[in-house]
Amino acid sequence: MPVSRGVVTTPFEAAIDAVRALEAEPPLPPPETPWQRLRREFLASRLAVLGLVLLLLAVGAAVFAPWISPQDPYDIGNLDIFDSKLPPGSTSADGSITYWLGTDGQARDLLSAIFYGLRTSLVVSSVSVAAALAIGCLVGLAAAYFGGWIDALLMRIVDIQLSFPAILVALILLAVLGKGVDKVIIALIIVQWAYFARAARGAALVERAKEYVEAAQCMSLGWRRVLLRHMLPNCMPPLIVIATIDLAHAIALESTLSFLGVGVPVTEPSLGMLIANGYEFMLSGHYWISFFPGIALALAIVGINLVGDHLRDILNPHNAH
Amino acid sequence: MLTYILRRLLQALLVMLVMSGLVFLGLYVVGDPVSMMASPEATELDREAIRQSFGLDKPLWQQYAIFMQHAVQLDFGKSFLTGQSAMGLILERMPATLELACVAMLLAVLLGVPLGMWAGLKPRALSTRGIMTGSVLGFSLPNFWVGLMLIMVFAVGLGWVPASGRGDTVLFGPLDLSVLTLDGWRSLVLPAATIATAKAALIIRVTRAATRESLPMDYIKFARAKGLAWGRILRVHLLKNILIPIVTISGLEFGQVVAFAVVTETVFAWPGMGKLLLDSIITLDRPVVVAYLILIVFFLVMLNLVVDILYSILDPRVRLQGGKA
Amino acid sequence: MQASLLNRRGVGRPLVGVTVAAMLACGGQAVARDLVVALKTEPTSMDPQYHALTPNIQLSQTLFDPLVCADAELAPQPCLAESWTAEGTTWTFKLRPGVKFSDGSPVTAEDVLFTFDRAGKVPNSPSSFKIYLQQVEKAEALDPMTVRITTSKPYPLVATNLTGLPIMSAKAAAGSAPEGKTTTELNAGDGLVGAGPYKFVSWKRGSEIVFERNPHYWGPKPAWDRVVYRPISNPAARVAALLAGDVDLIEDPPTDDLARLQKDSKLNVVTKSSNRVIYVALDQHGNETPGIQASNGKNPLLDKRVREALSLAVDRKALVDRIMGGVATPAAQLLPPPMLGTSENLVTAPKADPEKAKALLKAAGYPDGFSMVLGTPNGRYINDSKVAQTLASMWTRIGVKTSIDATAPAVFFKNRDSYAYSAYLAGWGTSTGEMSNTLNSLLVTPNKEKGVGTTNRSRYSNPEMDRLVEESATMMDPAKRGDLLAKASEIAMADFAMLPIHFEHSVWAMKKDITFGGRADQMTMVQYVTPAK
Repeated sequence: MPVSRGVVTTPFEAAIDAVRALEAEPPLPPPETPWQRLRREFLASRLAVLGLVLLLLAVGAAVFAPWISPQDPYDIGNLDIFDSKLPPGSTSADGSITYWLGTDGQARDLLSAIFYGLRTSLVVSSVSVAAALAIGCLVGLAAAYFGGWIDALLMRIVDIQLSFPAILVALILLAVLGKGVDKVIIALIIVQWAYFARAARGAALVERAKEYVEAAQCMSLGWRRVLLRHMLPNCMPPLIVIATIDLAHAIALESTLSFLGVGVPVTEPSLGMLIANGYEFMLSGHYWISFFPGIALALAIVGINLVGDHLRDILNPHNAH
Repeated sequence: MLTYILRRLLQALLVMLVMSGLVFLGLYVVGDPVSMMASPEATELDREAIRQSFGLDKPLWQQYAIFMQHAVQLDFGKSFLTGQSAMGLILERMPATLELACVAMLLAVLLGVPLGMWAGLKPRALSTRGIMTGSVLGFSLPNFWVGLMLIMVFAVGLGWVPASGRGDTVLFGPLDLSVLTLDGWRSLVLPAATIATAKAALIIRVTRAATRESLPMDYIKFARAKGLAWGRILRVHLLKNILIPIVTISGLEFGQVVAFAVVTETVFAWPGMGKLLLDSIITLDRPVVVAYLILIVFFLVMLNLVVDILYSILDPRVRLQGGKA
Repeated sequence: MQASLLNRRGVGRPLVGVTVAAMLACGGQAVARDLVVALKTEPTSMDPQYHALTPNIQLSQTLFDPLVCADAELAPQPCLAESWTAEGTTWTFKLRPGVKFSDGSPVTAEDVLFTFDRAGKVPNSPSSFKIYLQQVEKAEALDPMTVRITTSKPYPLVATNLTGLPIMSAKAAAGSAPEGKTTTELNAGDGLVGAGPYKFVSWKRGSEIVFERNPHYWGPKPAWDRVVYRPISNPAARVAALLAGDVDLIEDPPTDDLARLQKDSKLNVVTKSSNRVIYVALDQHGNETPGIQASNGKNPLLDKRVREALSLAVDRKALVDRIMGGVATPAAQLLPPPMLGTSENLVTAPKADPEKAKALLKAAGYPDGFSMVLGTPNGRYINDSKVAQTLASMWTRIGVKTSIDATAPAVFFKNRDSYAYSAYLAGWGTSTGEMSNTLNSLLVTPNKEKGVGTTNRSRYSNPEMDRLVEESATMMDPAKRGDLLAKASEIAMADFAMLPIHFEHSVWAMKKDITFGGRADQMTMVQYVTPAK
């Protein structure tokens, strides 16, 4: 109740004014949007910021590779055999480029090869993991929700897929569809979806038994709605952990396949392939050939995972205050 | 429960059948085994003779029918390359791989679960950041790199353990095991550690995520309110509830290690099945590949059965049998 | 696994060393010593007649001696046969007297006949040993120490081929199956009795193979008490095993590690030129060729000038130095001199001349070059895909834009055999040590009935060269045969029928206190590995 605004007030009224002034809450700031909250919580952690920086560097290097590389390492006309295995800091035989990180066994400039390789590795792994995650989730959730013979059928298909070695899948695809980076992505999707399906089913089985699902079903919400809008978000956290780790797996798998001759073309090496190639130089004294690509890969993966960790923590509905 | 298990066994048989067909078809499409086996100096006529002696000149469906005929009598054919029983070759090398897989996964779980729980309970601690960064390195460093580094440091540099190979073995029933000898352990340490690094990293992360999920839950708050000690809460209440994702992942990873530990077996010259599979695929030694994959798919189906049963034990709310209409 | 702790692991080694020193100090006898060898590939079988594959052959040649041994340069030397004569289609071999098998029984002509007979009877052999008996019509024992072989027409390579048929014991290898002891039984050591320097003890697949000294051996006393072979297929792991002291000798260290190994004072590195050539085959069949896009729609490889240009563009010396780590020799023909059939005029490989290459392309009507796909297996030959990439970059620089199709060997062979490649990289190692076999398989016009040109996927055809090679097949006099083959080589190389790139060297690395001269057939035979003086 407003106090009278007379010039002179009684001490009693002044006291009441003073107390009211103390109790009055400061004006509320405008409500925060989810994005602002996300940004604020994310940037609050130094590790998250570090991760973001690393990730942006990796993605930036991959996207802008043709512009920032001293050499196009995929054009074999650029390679001069006399420049092979040069240590970091050397210059090329015709003086045109400085090999800041040295050259590999095929005389590719390692810095350029890392940029281009990062591009291939990131594209291959992210596309295949995303697709495998999507497919696997759907299959796993469906299996857990419907149960019975649908569960059995889907899970037996998953078992077959899990037993099928990646190299054989890649070899068959190679023989049937021919070479190419897209075939490698298909092979990786085929190899990985089953893993996600199994993990998703595990999480979904627990969720399915919870009361909210029963409640949703009582409300006659369609199974699509229950699956996608109710169960899926609650199953996500372990799946996201696995997905971010799986990015590293996918890169390693692709490098193994390339090493065995059923992956990306040898003249267009991915980061994983550079590392696999550098493996035989590890005992030879030409350490840079496997060292620098390895560092680049490790940094990129650390970045991805730091960001993934913090994002997941922030997005976790249980953590919302 | 019994019908559940029996039904699963039947499904396993069906799956093995499908697998054998897929492998036959797949290898047929990839290339010609004869060109991989025959000496380059062999003439066309020689090659024809080889093809005939292995029955590879017959149409594919016929070859498959012959295979099935023998398979139901548990004869999975002889390896093209070595002339030995395909299943025999695999079973000979299986104990080595199983041994390695079990020790590695045990290490990974014993290391990963406690560290993961710690990281989940104390998210802001310095040690947690160390654990998490270490775990990222654990799975981002390539397997063969870790293996070779361990060899260079501990075998070549310090000379504490041999650089490769499996140690002395002792016959334990039908199995030749090296875990029962001291020399065996010396050779087992490095390859198991190599595998365990990546697996432990994964388990740490999954455990941490699950712990962070479960901590804010009401039942934990009730337990605290009741005045239970933390130790009991962790062991009895928290652990059981976070075990499902851990069991899922550990099961999956164990299956993968047993089936495909090729890289580690190659780097450490470990006489296991994984290397046998890779060589057989590359040389198109079909009988071995078929026998191997049939065995593996059976193993994985049974492993998943164990995991499913564990689900129902760990979380009584989970019902495995029917779904709700 | 019966191996005792003392002899197997690094920790045991110093103990052995101390014992040895003590024995020497006491004025002891010959040093009791084991040899541990790390193999690149595990053999597929112990049966000496099951699979004609290098890893198998090198082991069976240690357990069994043949009538005629191939020495380090692949020249035939008397072994179980003390001497032999050849007249037209008749060959007579006299067996060395007093030779015993490892079980003490004597070696007689009956064992030789049994061996010959069994070679063709081994079932399901992926690569039969019958090829070592080609042209042999009949074999009979004139008396217990003499064997006569009759060929269908005069064939000069009988003795050379017999190096591939080590003699088995008719008594020990007798059995109920048509071939006597089966491959499975032999793999377990049952019937595995030979007259070689070592005898079989055990085989644990994937882990180790153990041999021990044959007390009845006819030749010089074998140097080692026991030989242990351990298959370690991963090259880096093999090197690590040597560096850690777990093994005494390793096959085939990676070419990139050689510099480091050679500098190590505790190690010895031995290289030896081998009979294996790495070459590029060029499709010369017709105008339709799958891997080439040329502006005029024709197949440029049909023009000799284009093939010459491709050869001149390759800097073989740089390739050998940079990609093969120096352990290879630039090649101008398909076998390294002075093997039989090589030409003296083709000893030095042509120097690279990119300018001339470009001029030749222009003269042939391709001033802007053309694009080409080079097929190569990945992991079949030493550094195969790396060599291919280097060739591709050298050719791209003269205007022939080359891309690489590197695949797993199985897929590569499938593609090659279905003529899907216009140009491909491959290797060839000839077991006889002379040019006849090489030309017959690689360059002679393919003819299924005659069994020639089996690996001639470029379908090169030169009747004059064919005639010379066919004539040499029945020429018994080595000198004349060598001349015919050398002339055939010269014709083929002048025609640039295929492009030889380099000859591989075989490399072995071992501890300083042992030596091995190496072998041209790339085989590791422990009877030639001895303690260093």
